[in-house]
Amino acid sequence: MKPFISIIKIRFNLMLQYRVAAFAGGVTQFFFGMVMIMVLYGFYNSSSGEIPIDYKVAVTYIWIGQAMLGMLPWNGDREIQDLIRTGNVTYELVRPMNLYNYWFARAFALRTAPTLLKSIPLFIVVLLLPKDYSMELPLNMLSFIGWIVTTFGALLISCTITNIINITTLYSISGDGIQRLLSSIVTLFSGMIVPLPLFPDKLKQILNYLPFSGLVDIPARFFTGEIPFYQLFKYFLFQCIWALIIYILGQWILNRKIKDLIVQGG
Amino acid sequence: MVIVANQLSKEYKIGQRKSGIVGGLQNIIHKEYKIVKALENISFEIGEGELVGYIGPNGAGKSTTIKILSGILTPDSGECKVLGKVPYKERINYVKDIGVVFGQRTQLWWDLPVIDSFELLKDIYKIPKGDYIKVKKELIEWLNLESFINTPVRQLSLGQKMRCELAASLLHSPQVLFLDEPTIGLDAISKLAVREFIKKLNKEKGVTVILTTHDMDDIETLCNRVMVIGKGQILLDGSLETLRNTVSKDRRMILETYEGTNGFSINGATLIEEEKNRLMIDFNPDIITPAELINILSTKYKIKDILIENTPIEEIIAKLYGELNI
Repeated sequence: MKPFISIIKIRFNLMLQYRVAAFAGGVTQFFFGMVMIMVLYGFYNSSSGEIPIDYKVAVTYIWIGQAMLGMLPWNGDREIQDLIRTGNVTYELVRPMNLYNYWFARAFALRTAPTLLKSIPLFIVVLLLPKDYSMELPLNMLSFIGWIVTTFGALLISCTITNIINITTLYSISGDGIQRLLSSIVTLFSGMIVPLPLFPDKLKQILNYLPFSGLVDIPARFFTGEIPFYQLFKYFLFQCIWALIIYILGQWILNRKIKDLIVQGG
Repeated sequence: MVIVANQLSKEYKIGQRKSGIVGGLQNIIHKEYKIVKALENISFEIGEGELVGYIGPNGAGKSTTIKILSGILTPDSGECKVLGKVPYKERINYVKDIGVVFGQRTQLWWDLPVIDSFELLKDIYKIPKGDYIKVKKELIEWLNLESFINTPVRQLSLGQKMRCELAASLLHSPQVLFLDEPTIGLDAISKLAVREFIKKLNKEKGVTVILTTHDMDDIETLCNRVMVIGKGQILLDGSLETLRNTVSKDRRMILETYEGTNGFSINGATLIEEEKNRLMIDFNPDIITPAELINILSTKYKIKDILIENTPIEEIIAKLYGELNI
């Protein structure tokens, strides 16, 4: 376990150096969130039918999604992709450890460090916004705990998907294709753009069973109290099962690929 | 034997692209491949504590061999064993016993101080704390890293970086070290430092070293055994002396005279170059001894200075590559 903790530590340390990038990211997310909320505002004010979730719940949901953007697996690990492109991946293969787990540890740091840097200031700002735009804190401690636990579950799913993107770089070298595809799928199906409760019922039934709902939708619904605390075990288990499935899949693809790997040049 | 390679073969499939738009479209439908035989039935053995130079032109298969021996690539056929293990079959368990340096790649964390990379490697290789402190101290001393150990890697010069790469590959005290072009791009002083270090490591710690290089001075100062590879086959395996004798027994005489010569013809000796009263002559000592040659020359010209040396190894190798058509 120690090597993995060291990798997380060194990477975390490295990411903390990119403070300007984190600040810029935070600002972007703030404006994205504002735009989405304005759209929601218009939508809620003009709709006469019944809407599955309250306006204030939807706003909080959006802010949770924005704050957690860095944690979403919408891109691969640039460093690992560069290692593969340049052939420096050879050095990763002469280390006495399982390559998948090694990359998983790196993904873990990649998904946590910038998110921490960005989300805390963003949370503070959006709590102080005018009433129609502001995020609301959970009603009770249990909702908060539910959110923390499912956010950890989301992190596990996120790291396994990140690793899938990394590994596909071994096949296509550029890795851009699957990355663009996944970024659309992830942002849409996780509920980051439009909260999943607002999707059409039929589609919702499918999306609820996909791993992407575990990324934003489940934590956000625990935070807002939409899912009661007593269901925590069920939802967390759902996240863990998906993380495990994608983990095993990633291990399998990577181990197969390592066997016929070719490193070109010098 | 520390390293045994038996009939190793490896082929690469290389996609061929036709040029132009039409060619590009054709590629989408039908892709053509060319098979390149990187290694063809290569066999050799290397004993404990040997320092072996592995040379050959670009694309000869040097790096492929190193990558197979270090467990990164799987050969198509044949087998190899290093320290009793088959590298590509038990990679994770095996690599803790070896050190590898790829001169054209880097294993250090670009944005972080060198020492951070070392600390990480300590945990990855699970090096006991006492050993780590001792080995690190020794490496820092031998490679003279003290003054930049806390500098981020991106701010180091190539020579400093290479010394750190060497240290990074040796923190876990491997018994076998693979060096793939460790002196590439280095200036003269850094080259000397790196060579000095490799020599010391081999001598004092008994580390078995395989070294690929294009710098013949590396070979000349370091290696007591040379393997020449070309077109995927081992063409020569022996001491530097054997290599010399195989290619040409010629020795070289450099002669300075007081006046020009306008060329000459002596049996067993050829004039290679003449410039400003300075003659470069290659001669075969089996046909004409140096004494005889000097004798003849001194009757013809007024000699200012004489120097006799071996043909530079660079030229020997170039000649060898030429003769073997590789």
